[in-house]
Amino acid sequence: MAVLRFFVTAATTFLGLLAVTFFIGRVVPIDPALAIVGDRAPAHVVERVREQLGLNLPLYEQFWIYLKQALSGDFGTSVLTTNPVMADIARVFPATIELATIGTIIGALLGVPLGVLAAVKRGSIADQIVRVIGLIGYSVPIFWLGLLALVLFYAKLNWVAYPGRIDIVYEYTFTPITGFYLLDAIWQGQWDVFWDLFRHIILPGGLLGYFSLAYISRMTRSFMLNELSQEYVVAARAKGLSETRIIWFHALRNAAVPLVTVIALSYAGLLEGSVLTETIFSWPGLGLYITNSLQNADMNAVLGGTIAIGVVFVSINLFSDLLYRTLDPRTRSR
Amino acid sequence: MIHSLHKSLRVLSTSAAFGLLLAAAPQAFAATPADTLVEGFAIDDIITIDPGEAFELSTAEITANCYSKLVMLDPADTSKVIGDLAASWTTSDDGLTYTFKLKPGLKFASGNPITAADVAYSFERAVKLDKSPAFLLTQFGLTGDNVAEKAKATDDTTFTFVVDKAYAPSFVLNVLTATVASVVDKKVVSEHAKKVTPSADYKYDNDFGNEWMKTGYAGSGPYKTMAWRANEAVIMEVNPNYYGEKPKLKRVIYRHMKESSGQRLALENGDIDVARNLEPGDLDAVQKKGVLLTSAPKGTVYYFSLNQKNKNLAKPEVVEAMKYLVDYDAIGATLIKGIGEIHQTFLPKGQLGALSDNPYKLDVAKAKELLAKAGLKDGFTVTMDVRNTQPVTGIAESVQQTLAQAGIKLEIIPGDGKQTLTKFRARTHDIYIGQWGSDYFDPNSNAETFTVNPDNSDEGKSKTLAWRNGWDVPKELSDASKGALLEKDSAKRAAIYEDLQKKVLATSPFVIVFQQTEVAGYSPKLKNFKLGPSFDTNFVYPVSKD
Repeated sequence: MAVLRFFVTAATTFLGLLAVTFFIGRVVPIDPALAIVGDRAPAHVVERVREQLGLNLPLYEQFWIYLKQALSGDFGTSVLTTNPVMADIARVFPATIELATIGTIIGALLGVPLGVLAAVKRGSIADQIVRVIGLIGYSVPIFWLGLLALVLFYAKLNWVAYPGRIDIVYEYTFTPITGFYLLDAIWQGQWDVFWDLFRHIILPGGLLGYFSLAYISRMTRSFMLNELSQEYVVAARAKGLSETRIIWFHALRNAAVPLVTVIALSYAGLLEGSVLTETIFSWPGLGLYITNSLQNADMNAVLGGTIAIGVVFVSINLFSDLLYRTLDPRTRSR
Repeated sequence: MIHSLHKSLRVLSTSAAFGLLLAAAPQAFAATPADTLVEGFAIDDIITIDPGEAFELSTAEITANCYSKLVMLDPADTSKVIGDLAASWTTSDDGLTYTFKLKPGLKFASGNPITAADVAYSFERAVKLDKSPAFLLTQFGLTGDNVAEKAKATDDTTFTFVVDKAYAPSFVLNVLTATVASVVDKKVVSEHAKKVTPSADYKYDNDFGNEWMKTGYAGSGPYKTMAWRANEAVIMEVNPNYYGEKPKLKRVIYRHMKESSGQRLALENGDIDVARNLEPGDLDAVQKKGVLLTSAPKGTVYYFSLNQKNKNLAKPEVVEAMKYLVDYDAIGATLIKGIGEIHQTFLPKGQLGALSDNPYKLDVAKAKELLAKAGLKDGFTVTMDVRNTQPVTGIAESVQQTLAQAGIKLEIIPGDGKQTLTKFRARTHDIYIGQWGSDYFDPNSNAETFTVNPDNSDEGKSKTLAWRNGWDVPKELSDASKGALLEKDSAKRAAIYEDLQKKVLATSPFVIVFQQTEVAGYSPKLKNFKLGPSFDTNFVYPVSKD
């Protein structure tokens, strides 16, 4: 029953998403035919393309046609790249996943210990420092911090590589297999490529990591405070257990359950929301793909990309739900 | 508790130290490879690299370096045409038949020989595909039905081309230097042709390889296109079969970079050799760091135009007043410094007959007088559609201020390029600011769009700039423009255009502000890097590196 309900909800969500994106795409005052033929095309060519695209049909009819194709897995062809939209997304999405994964790993590995530290030493200098770090991460817009980081680490210090995912030199020597370049480079034992990839990913990945760190550390702190005030902690202390054991094995383990949701949601947020980061760092991922398509009025690509993000978001929600059940036996019976 | 905290602090400090270590690790030196030219260039206008379909400025540069044509502009003097694949050509006495003789022993990059049949096929597919640039050829009377007869190979090395009127030969030859006349490898393209079902719109049973050619390559230029990835890069490699002098560098990469500031950073750090879209502020900055600059005027003029469907803008006095309400000097000295020159006539410098008269200056008193005469003493309110890019936004703001001095309230409507263009094409704007790049390097391209409008109704078929602004062009001007097209004597032809430019300058609803100068910043390691006089003469093959 729960499974059925889930699928009904998911289907409705996608239909809504499809409809809203489609209609917004059609009411913007941009002629998609221009995207295909270019700014300088003569009028009769523009008209012919409009005819071919079915843009002269009524809107609901256009939507119906689109819906039928989408249901059979055909999201049309991108005007800009001339590839099927799904093929394009399969090509760019690994780049986004790679970046978001690095970001989340950094965010979780640093955020959780910082949050624990802040909770344990509540009100201390350490707590204040963690709070300030978190606040900056919360409130400073990423494009500003990104540009600043570029100016510092790339332009002034030259520690990291130019925006992009890989140096052009390696575009000839390196053939990715899975699309996850870092893994591919390790797999093929190409360490110079790996180093180059690392120099490219560290800045955008680090920035995204910082933003998820800010969120994760704040949430960890509040979960931990809650746990530390529980009676079982007092009981554990009375039993003479070491503080380390109480904090890391008892309290954190109980705080881990809601934390998993927080981390999963922040991961989902990075997957869909790194548009700005990808633009600043010319990261050839989904965010940049959608932005470029939007600027070129390439509506098939925009729709396909939006749907892809929707699928990911819903799946991660489902996944964290499953994880929840594994971590917390009490939720299983429900 | 203190003990355990120490432990967690230790974990933290270890990871922090690890992070620092990574950051301080030996830096790989940023430098482009010695055999590769890397250009940072906004190439997001590219939508196809099929020369039979492409009509975009960046594409013109790519195809110019990767394809050969029958004839090309003489880089030393653009008012002349020299042979590319053609060794020689003749024009029949009646001015209708052009006969081209190919150079001997020519080969495509694929190794296939270049014959007159390839030339004929290239013309045929461009005409039959009927994409954006097809009108360049169809204006000579070619149609899908007659192209096989009018553009044909009489033997392996002889190609004849029959036009429908005795045009000025300079016009015909100039048009044949355009991208659409690039010669494609018939064998390679035919192998990739896709079967299609003929329809009323498209009568042929195959796509002439168009789908494959959007990203494929079948040419014979100094370089061959290895890959084009939309909004990412174009990669070219030396063509070992090129007939002329071999390029010095093995590879050329155009890397898509939209922003001037990004290009500047990359150029200063040595990640690119050439930055192609630097704005005035960044130009100054890179120059101080030892970057070299090169520039060339291009066949593009920036203008704003007054829609004659707006009844205030339709008054001749208002049209004239507008021309006095632009601060040309200030715009020239700041907004377009280094990237353009004030230019008020419709023919860009470098084309046959171009005038460089700039009679208008900012004169508010004179403009007020004219407005009073038009019965608009207190001014009026009008909108301007402006795309969100420099320098047009800056110019729009400058014009907004100077118009205000005469009581005209200008509302700027910012928009994305495609958005403003959609409106402009539908003739629903008041004032539109934009640029016009010549479709081909001949005065007729601009003369036609600025002065010909045979049907000013909304259904008008010929959607020239004159039509888009609802300007019912006086017959005398249109006739002069059409007459120049048939004038065989180049000097007389030039004189007609000079006279036409003066009249258009005085009466047309176009306020032409400046001609674009293309400027590029490049690394001092490069030798022989130059920009050409047109977008399809920005050649990279002479470039070498220290």
